[in-house]
Amino acid sequence: MSEFTLWDIVYNLLLAARWTVLLSLTAFVLGGIVGLLLLMVRTAGNPWVMRLVRGYVELFQGTPLLMQLFIVFFGLPLIGIDVSPWIAAMLGLTLFTSAFLTEIWRGCVESIGLGQWEASASLGMNFRQQMRYIILPQALRIAVPPTVGFSVQVVKGTAVASIIGFVELTKAGTMITNATYAPFTVYGCVAVMYFLICFPLSLYARHLEGKLRHVAR
Amino acid sequence: MSLVELHAIHKSFGELEVLKGIDLKIEEGQVIALIGKSGSGKSTLLRTINGLETINDGTIMVAGKKVGDRDTDVLTLRLNVGMVFQQFNLFPHYTALENVMLSPQVVKKQSKAEAKEVAEEMLAKVGLADKMMHYPDQLSGGQQQRVAIARALAMKPRVLLCDEVTSALDPELVNEVLAVVRQLAEEGMTLVMVTHEMRFAREVCDKLVFMDQGRIHESGAPEEVFANPKTSELASFVGGLA
Repeated sequence: MSEFTLWDIVYNLLLAARWTVLLSLTAFVLGGIVGLLLLMVRTAGNPWVMRLVRGYVELFQGTPLLMQLFIVFFGLPLIGIDVSPWIAAMLGLTLFTSAFLTEIWRGCVESIGLGQWEASASLGMNFRQQMRYIILPQALRIAVPPTVGFSVQVVKGTAVASIIGFVELTKAGTMITNATYAPFTVYGCVAVMYFLICFPLSLYARHLEGKLRHVAR
Repeated sequence: MSLVELHAIHKSFGELEVLKGIDLKIEEGQVIALIGKSGSGKSTLLRTINGLETINDGTIMVAGKKVGDRDTDVLTLRLNVGMVFQQFNLFPHYTALENVMLSPQVVKKQSKAEAKEVAEEMLAKVGLADKMMHYPDQLSGGQQQRVAIARALAMKPRVLLCDEVTSALDPELVNEVLAVVRQLAEEGMTLVMVTHEMRFAREVCDKLVFMDQGRIHESGAPEEVFANPKTSELASFVGGLA
């Protein structure tokens, strides 16, 4: 049996960590886009659409991420769509992220006072113009800290994708452990890597919180 | 033809009927004050004039055209009818200049240069030429309200509605805002204001409209209305002010 040096472990984990970062980024960007669309249709005020979006949010907030991934990974093949672990993980995490982000952002939009809507309406702006120039710029400023904070949850959430066989940081850790029989060292390195990805994001979120200026109070 | 004509306006919030059949004509160049106790419906009436409150019944005509309930009708209405609010409602993420420039650019599709020229002119008119680059939170209440007036004027409305524009201000800041309103009145701007500043209303307005419990009780020239109240409601309102 060959010997593994610490560098071998770290090197192989780093390779896998790229997939963690890529999966996080993809889920975050796509989830953000879907979340923003949901936010728009929800704010536009059709009561049925609002109820539908609320149901969507509650579904994803009320079930474990792992179950959501299982349902995507095992459910889609049942209706004839074969998905790779990568697609399943990406899809599952995107839906999960969109549900949480739309809810976070809804709170931010609602924190913008009625006076801003009325003032912009009285100046002749339509809904789209109000959103674009008045509501979203303010809401997004408020939203940045909790959004960046939530991105940490997404990064950690990608670990769940290891269960459906997607080789990211956690799965790589498991595989390397099986080869090296050194779980403490390997998972220790895995934990450090997650921390090195997440900690700067947390710091950044805290930094942004201190920078909020010129927003309706 | 009146600039704005309200006919038989009814408005309810749930069970509560706040406007019970209002008829009001606003002529070009007229300065009208809506007075009355709080809860008499005057602010609601003002807000119906630019579509911030939907009406349950009645018609609104602006410049001879009936305002329907389609969104586009309301947007067109608002091009003719500007509004200034009690709480200013400036956009906190834009400077004073940007606050005034935004709508002409976005709604009226004016070029940036054109919008800037108008905005600078309007801000100078309200005495804030030196505060253009300030954000709302760097301005006093009176200054913010004057920016709000400039912002409404930049859209070149035919009527300006003022909803208790001095009520949220510290007493020492009231006069600077009233001075601007007075100047507008003197320049011939059509104004409809809800106000508690009776002395100001008396001096500046052509017409006082006294509202009580969702109805217009009396209206007429200020001197006449104050000197000879015809209804006991107005008499007690005027008496309460003395």
